[in-house]
Amino acid sequence: MAQLTHRTPAVLKPISASFAATRHLTTASTTPITVETSLPFTGHNIDPPSRSVETSPQELLKFFRDMALMRRMEIAADSLYKAKLIRGFCHLYDGQEAVSIGMEAAITKKDCIITAYRDHCLFLGRGGTLLETFAELMGRKDGCSKGKGGSMHFYKKEGGFYGGHGIVGAQIPLGCGLAFAQKYSKDENVTFAMYGDGAANQGQLFEALNMAALWDLPAIFVCENNHYGMGTAEWRAAKSPAYYKRGDYAPGLKVDGMDALAVKQACKFAKEHALKNGPIILEMDTYRYHGHSMSDPGSTYRTRDEISGVRQERDPIERIRKLVLSHDLATEKELKDTEKEVRKEVDDAIAKAKESPHPDPSDLFTNVYVKGMGVESFGADRKELRAVLP
Amino acid sequence: MLGILRRKLACNGNSAAPMTVRDALNSALDEEMSADPKVFLMGEEVGEYQGAYKISKGLLDKYGPERVVDTPITEAGFAGIGVGAAYYGLRPVIEFMTFNFSMQAIDHIINSAAKSNYMSAGQISVPIVFRGPNGAAAGVGAQHSQCYAAWYGACPGLKVLAPYSSEDARGLLKAAIRDPDPVVFLENELLYGESFPISAEALDSSFCLPIGKAKIERIGKDVTITAFSKMVGYALQAADILAKDGISAEVINLRSIRPLDRSTINASVRKTNRLVTLEEGFPQHGVGAEICATVLEDSFEYLDAPVERIAGADVPMPYAANLERMAVPQVDDIVRAAKRTCHRTSALAATA
Repeated sequence: MAQLTHRTPAVLKPISASFAATRHLTTASTTPITVETSLPFTGHNIDPPSRSVETSPQELLKFFRDMALMRRMEIAADSLYKAKLIRGFCHLYDGQEAVSIGMEAAITKKDCIITAYRDHCLFLGRGGTLLETFAELMGRKDGCSKGKGGSMHFYKKEGGFYGGHGIVGAQIPLGCGLAFAQKYSKDENVTFAMYGDGAANQGQLFEALNMAALWDLPAIFVCENNHYGMGTAEWRAAKSPAYYKRGDYAPGLKVDGMDALAVKQACKFAKEHALKNGPIILEMDTYRYHGHSMSDPGSTYRTRDEISGVRQERDPIERIRKLVLSHDLATEKELKDTEKEVRKEVDDAIAKAKESPHPDPSDLFTNVYVKGMGVESFGADRKELRAVLP
Repeated sequence: MLGILRRKLACNGNSAAPMTVRDALNSALDEEMSADPKVFLMGEEVGEYQGAYKISKGLLDKYGPERVVDTPITEAGFAGIGVGAAYYGLRPVIEFMTFNFSMQAIDHIINSAAKSNYMSAGQISVPIVFRGPNGAAAGVGAQHSQCYAAWYGACPGLKVLAPYSSEDARGLLKAAIRDPDPVVFLENELLYGESFPISAEALDSSFCLPIGKAKIERIGKDVTITAFSKMVGYALQAADILAKDGISAEVINLRSIRPLDRSTINASVRKTNRLVTLEEGFPQHGVGAEICATVLEDSFEYLDAPVERIAGADVPMPYAANLERMAVPQVDDIVRAAKRTCHRTSALAATA
């Protein structure tokens, strides 16, 4: 099943050959390269980490491939939505890929990630497959939530991905709860609770941060600041849009969220901090090319020039492409071939997802409870449709 | 006198020394925390204060601050933290000082807890208990007196329990903590100090009551009275008074609001042919409304009289003692409604 290549530990180990991979991925070296982040980090109540990030040819090529896959997946979802194969809500992440990719490079699957509804790429980063994604979006049985969740409710517990939440801001206390449980269980792992600039003003964020700080929970608050909460620009929603400072007593870091290496460095730094000192806020300065969701053209509240400007100057995939080319790690053609492969993987997954059946009618009544105890449930006409909960 | 009456009526065969509901809850929490290290208690004043109503007395000393966690006054935050901990696999017991404050956290109870197992097709289960006093106390006014049984009882994915006696309190709380699904556990402040006889069986640390099963507190043949929590005591008192007038009332202690024990309720009404539902909460869309609907749907031909609902008054709870008394059901109200169900039959006979 097509999925992201997983980061190997620092030891030289070949990536599994079952993945369709360019020649370079299986043979690329892991000898360290040091790259400077595009911008320095800005700290709030903390000394920021160095701009020099250690990476490797293998990692950079993997970044390229994985982000290209995510980008292609989201664009394909756009088409599927317009073809009415995806219904309801569909919030796309294209432009923000570096946040997921950089984070995954710094952490393990034992660390937890929880986010809101812009979750397709984060799900992929945690080990979700393209088939599970497209099938879920189309409401089919092979979806990660068996078709019962939809776009906003992707989960992969064994990969440390706890959703996928539709209520803005709710995921933040939930994330602090995951961190609470990690500390309670003495797990030495952390939770990344992700939210947008829109959610950054939610009261429950401050309630949760207060408790996380009081109890030294290993919780990392990650604000994916794409500068628009739905159609409301940050300066119209927040008296103080310096989200990395809003933690007040909790330290914060402002990060160029379009630079995968900067994200990686920040997440590594944050994990070390959170394990010793409790919560820290990371503000990822990022951007979404699509509107808020598929029903938003994304142009009533921002200019097309702004969007194309970001694409020209800051696109995360282009940044890695330039790095790869300038360090001679692959040729232009090889990178284009990677993009073609990725496109094919996505197309294959979509074809397979289209063949996946819709859930059985009896699935209307499954998973209401873990332990249904033979309780009765009802359809719209209770004299017509009744079921016993398993 | 009424206390002795209640004890006699609620007696379950072998009784050991009576136990207060408070002690019943405390012992249940203690035993479940002892048995399973994943169980922890979180809420305002549960630790050092020994519990706002002393339900968690002694637990901080016994289990320490990692497992008995005092929170700031931030319900949305700590309810969410509790649900997140349950996602990870711990077994939180989240205390609301009263369920009035659960409204601040209701999004987490419904959207983060109740619906998660379904939305994730079984990946994310939520073994959490939300507990605390529910409904009217005495003189605490409109914002501190609401009953939430009907609201939570409406939500698929939740289990909603309402104990009456000490045996109920022990057995249902232990069942709730062991249950893999989110449970809303509605206690009652005025019952905390009430003593009930308790059997040796109920004192055993393995004692659990089944979720979703009502209890026939008093067998009768003329009219079915359904009740939960404090109102069970009132129904039993009403049954005593009705007995003097030759009316034998069957009192059902619901114990479980969701799942509702429809089969026990219907079986009873098919026997008695008359129904009075009793609750403290607001009448519109209340628990009684659901019970009446279910009986009408499943046992229509068996009814000899219209169904009757006794509920709290359709007003915010007033403070003045005389108005407050009018705003909650009194024993007289229950007796009157039961007699209406019986007199309707004899009134028809009189006009025939």
